[in-house]
Amino acid sequence: MIRFLLKGLLRDPSRSLFPVLIVSLGVMLTVFLHAWLQGAMGDIVRANAGFSTGHVKIMSRAYAENKAQIPNDLALLEATELLAALGSRYPDVLWIERIRFSGLLDLPDDRGETRAQGPAAGLAVDLLSPHSPEIAALNLHASLVRGRLPAKSGEILIGDAFAGKLNANPGDAVTLLSTSMHGSMSLQNFTIAGTVRFGVSAMDRGAVLADISDIRHALDMNDAAGEILGYFRDGHYHDAAARKIARGFNERFSDPGDDYAPVMYALGDQDGLGEYLEMGNYFAFIGSAIFILAMSIVLWNVGLIGGLRRYGEIGLRLAIGEDKRHVYGSVIVEALIIGAAGSVMGTAVGLAAAWYLQVHGIDIGSMLKSSSMMMSNIIRAEITPATGYIGFIPGLFSTVLGAALSGIGIYRRQTAQLFRELET
Amino acid sequence: MRHYMVIAILLLSAAARAEYPAGFEILKKMDGNMTAETRVFTSKMIVHGRRDTRTVESRSWTQGDRRAYTEYLAPPREQGIKMLKLDDRLWLYSPAADRIIQISGHMLRQSVMGSDLSYEDMLEDPRLSELYTAEVIAAETIERRPCWVLQLTAVKDLAYHSRKLWVDQERHIPLREELYGKSGKLLKKIDLKDFTQTDGRWFPLRMIFKDVLKAGAGTEFIMQSIEFNVPIPEHLFSKAALRR
Repeated sequence: MIRFLLKGLLRDPSRSLFPVLIVSLGVMLTVFLHAWLQGAMGDIVRANAGFSTGHVKIMSRAYAENKAQIPNDLALLEATELLAALGSRYPDVLWIERIRFSGLLDLPDDRGETRAQGPAAGLAVDLLSPHSPEIAALNLHASLVRGRLPAKSGEILIGDAFAGKLNANPGDAVTLLSTSMHGSMSLQNFTIAGTVRFGVSAMDRGAVLADISDIRHALDMNDAAGEILGYFRDGHYHDAAARKIARGFNERFSDPGDDYAPVMYALGDQDGLGEYLEMGNYFAFIGSAIFILAMSIVLWNVGLIGGLRRYGEIGLRLAIGEDKRHVYGSVIVEALIIGAAGSVMGTAVGLAAAWYLQVHGIDIGSMLKSSSMMMSNIIRAEITPATGYIGFIPGLFSTVLGAALSGIGIYRRQTAQLFRELET
Repeated sequence: MRHYMVIAILLLSAAARAEYPAGFEILKKMDGNMTAETRVFTSKMIVHGRRDTRTVESRSWTQGDRRAYTEYLAPPREQGIKMLKLDDRLWLYSPAADRIIQISGHMLRQSVMGSDLSYEDMLEDPRLSELYTAEVIAAETIERRPCWVLQLTAVKDLAYHSRKLWVDQERHIPLREELYGKSGKLLKKIDLKDFTQTDGRWFPLRMIFKDVLKAGAGTEFIMQSIEFNVPIPEHLFSKAALRR
């Protein structure tokens, strides 16, 4: 029967061409929108996880309340002990320490006096250990613009744009003027090993990347860490698992009465990221729902027009004894074939467009110049396994729904009237 | 009847206000106690932070609100750090880094060593009568000392646009001060205590600063020794002095 219907569809393009094109267009838009949202959301999650939130993050309760001010005086103490406990309790998560700091980066002239200076937003990570996971987590090799990665204590990386503003070059000596954990003034000399560009405006502005042991020394933070970040070892963020780990940790370690007790937050609970991700899913759902509704109405109309055009054919089929249910079923199967063909074509075109955006991306850096959001300057699509089948759901559903609605008329035909209709 | 009462209250309040002395005169007398051509003092700053308390000792040489030089004496981490302020420019010297770093003007309003004092608070000795208009708005008692409450309004752009001062009626010294920003927001509170008479003037040996925008229990600023109007060598107010 399917072969028979296929032949009918191929020999009568007016029955199939327009619906297939409509479905293809809708499916293409769905596939592209899905890949684009995946890319944008994935990028935000990756950038935030890498630079700021981890998949889970531990801070002291007081630090978490004022984290925008980078209150290192409220940092976690006895970080080594806490790291060891985390490592043994949550072996599937990779734990790393970080210190955020701010201050002035001062470039001296020949006499050791200020030649240029600028406000620095610093991040202290493990840069010097032979197998430090931070090099990969922050994508440092790819981000390096000039010079090299720090190889010894006292060397730092600074943002390439920041270096340009200070007219500083790799090999130059600079002084970091900051505040120690105890509120003292801290002046520490460093050498610029290289310059980096992360492609994230919020990170590139005044960025200074230093080894955590150097910053511990400079800021008098012996065995203290502003933040401890955890990453799932497979590299992907698992929201439910992260929230479960955070709940378990807080029940065990976090004393609500102690301002300095550690508190863990899942990525989805930080900086409104959970709401942002939910909003992304919500938009995808709304997009699909609107698409299904619009396509169904269009295809319903196509079905109705087709029904009018095939009025005589269906009447004849009923008159010669074909069961109404069988006729209705054949219309639905035809719709399924059209939906599948349109979905395949739409998915192929949508994937091609998404692939182009995945490879080339769109540079929105000029729109993010003053943004504090951890978001890449280049928006890219991301093709996932779901991108391959996501278009089939609305593609098939809308054609079947359209055919089902327009085909109801078949049941309204009166057998007694059929011959009279055929005679006229 | 109600109209008569309102008029009576207004007349009484106007009469009470008329009894207040001129704010400017009180402010000038207070400046006579608190300010000098030059001051040389050794001080101890006890910073009561949110997590711990620490003490920083320093010796300062100041000339009005224009020139100041400070050298930190303790604790060891701060020992040897020097600051030079000339007008609205500030230079820092750290022996550990062996660097002289210039700080721009707005940094003068930042906290010194994590305390509740800004660089301006610590390094300047301003004559308030030259910077503010003053009006006596009430008479109150603080620690059994009758005080005039002065409302000060800046005549030019200053870190503290207005101040409220409780000035001892007899000794003409401030016992309490509230510092406000241009928006009218309270920024700092200062309680001045342990007054002593030195060179014919009353001066507080202990001041408790509280930056109300900052956590912690405030900063005690204790004068261990102070000399007024002593000659200060000119070379002290030069960048060369920082590396000495």
